[in-house]
Amino acid sequence: MAHATANAEAAGRSDEIMVDLQRVNKWYGDFHVLKDVSLTVRRGERIVVCGPSGSGKSTLIRCINRLEEHQQGRIVVENIELTNDVKNIEMIRREVGMVFQSFNLFPHLTVLENCTLAPLWVRKMPQKEAAAIAMKFLERVRIPEQAQKYPGQLSGGQQQRVAIARSLCMMPQVMLFDEPTSALDPEMIKEVLDVMVELAHEGMTMICVTHEMGFAKSVADNVVFMDQGEIVEMAPPAEFFTNPRSDRTKAFLSQILAH
Amino acid sequence: MEETLTRDAQTPARARPRGPRDPIGWARANLFDGWFNSLLTILIVALLVWIIPPFIRWAFTDAVLGHATPDECKAATGACWAVVTEKYRLILFGRYPFDEQWRPLFGIIALVGMALLSCDRRFWGWQLLVIWALGLGSFFVLMGGGVLGLSSVRTNLWGGLPLTLMLAFIGIAAAFPLAILLALGRRSKLPIISALSVGYIELIRGVPLITLLFMGSFMLPLFMPTGVDIDAILRAQVAIIMFAAAYLAEVVRGGLQALPKGQHEAAAALGLGYWQTQGLIILPQALKITIPPIVNTFIGLFKDTSLVAIVSLTDLVLATRQALGDPEWRQFFIEAYLFIMLIYWVFCFFMSKYSQHLERSLATDRRS
Repeated sequence: MAHATANAEAAGRSDEIMVDLQRVNKWYGDFHVLKDVSLTVRRGERIVVCGPSGSGKSTLIRCINRLEEHQQGRIVVENIELTNDVKNIEMIRREVGMVFQSFNLFPHLTVLENCTLAPLWVRKMPQKEAAAIAMKFLERVRIPEQAQKYPGQLSGGQQQRVAIARSLCMMPQVMLFDEPTSALDPEMIKEVLDVMVELAHEGMTMICVTHEMGFAKSVADNVVFMDQGEIVEMAPPAEFFTNPRSDRTKAFLSQILAH
Repeated sequence: MEETLTRDAQTPARARPRGPRDPIGWARANLFDGWFNSLLTILIVALLVWIIPPFIRWAFTDAVLGHATPDECKAATGACWAVVTEKYRLILFGRYPFDEQWRPLFGIIALVGMALLSCDRRFWGWQLLVIWALGLGSFFVLMGGGVLGLSSVRTNLWGGLPLTLMLAFIGIAAAFPLAILLALGRRSKLPIISALSVGYIELIRGVPLITLLFMGSFMLPLFMPTGVDIDAILRAQVAIIMFAAAYLAEVVRGGLQALPKGQHEAAAALGLGYWQTQGLIILPQALKITIPPIVNTFIGLFKDTSLVAIVSLTDLVLATRQALGDPEWRQFFIEAYLFIMLIYWVFCFFMSKYSQHLERSLATDRRS
């Protein structure tokens, strides 16, 4: 036990709760998308969320930074509860970075401007400092030479790495990834996953919705399987992949691992 | 049998083959490509030959240029440009006191200079406010006088080109921000703001500009307490701004709706607030894609200023009509109207060209 704790601390993990969802429910009209979802994520923990399409996994992580509103239950991020209070929402969004499936870079701004925009306007950082931080993170995702280009001039993989750098520039405590490699050509998936693996090794708290099971096996502390709006199973990857308990998980795994 | 293909060395790039460069090859490819296109080409050339030479003869060869009497004009078979030479000060400046007409001339220069400087993107910021304050300030001092030793000229004597330019430029500058607010308001999640914006846009857009001008001129004074008198030019100006803003708001809304939801979400996820998201992310993109319809509306507004003649403001068109009140010259109205058509066209063509330039210089979605 003591050994496990020491290991956890070495990887930047602690018992501090970063994201806490308690019996969260959400409906789109009459459609019940999230059913009593509870999930606790500690500092430094890496969670991979998987499940068939329409299972509510994207909705789940989009609730964490209020891109979607939940109707029941409690969501607490960094000890701030998500309510309708705009101040709270903006405070949480400052601490939670998000990477989207379709990158969502700002096409009218250069790569560098994409990265400095939020530090300048939200964190009120001086221009020089914001640019220095942006360059630091662009180097981390290995595209500093593209800083003056526009997103439209980059490949999909490069754009997604810029999107990761843009999020990191806000120095978030938690990173949410919403299928970050699903819109990429196969040869570009690796360059994005490499950046994410690096980030995981640096101790970033991450919640990733992804179908990349290799990524789940190598970096996740826990894999969450969702189906029809509920969390069916949650287990460390070793157990999840070799010894799934629920039939729904088995069926899902047999489908995606068949090839 | 299937063959597999492997290439270890890269195939060198070849130059793309060119089409025929000689004039005959070009004409064959572009003008006489099939019997239908050949027929069209011949018809169009015939039409041009039929129209252009007589026009040139009328407008230039047989025309009366410079100073001339009406009788000399009547004797000529071509255009009588002498009517412009004779009446241009009435046309351009209306009933503004003759000896003071250098003032509207400099007023025009102030307005045009202000507009030209506003076209330079380096000034898009606080400098724009300074440029407009100086431009409009000097325009009103020049036109109105009463200070700096300039004699006072009442606004009912303002007319001609400076009045047209003033109505158009102030109309554009004021309607544009108002339209952005209305477009944002219409999309707002706050029900009262959205209802007010929708109500305003649908009400104003649903009536002709002329009725707004009439309302401002004849009905508004009835509702005002006695002794309060709003200047007639100001009332027309407000009507033009209100009208253009409603039209423009829908154009801007089209641009707002064209943006993918992801742009809002990315801005929100970074912690940007509503006004920051609109001002830094949404509007720059929405306005960029709506440059063509926005400039279209501006050009329409520029020409719609001629409707103020209906409430007796002497804009360029009414000034021309008044100049033609002289029975000696009345029959040469075509030449006079061609002259002011040219003036309108120069301004509108510049706007059109500038909008194309702006689109190109703001394009960031192309690979370079």
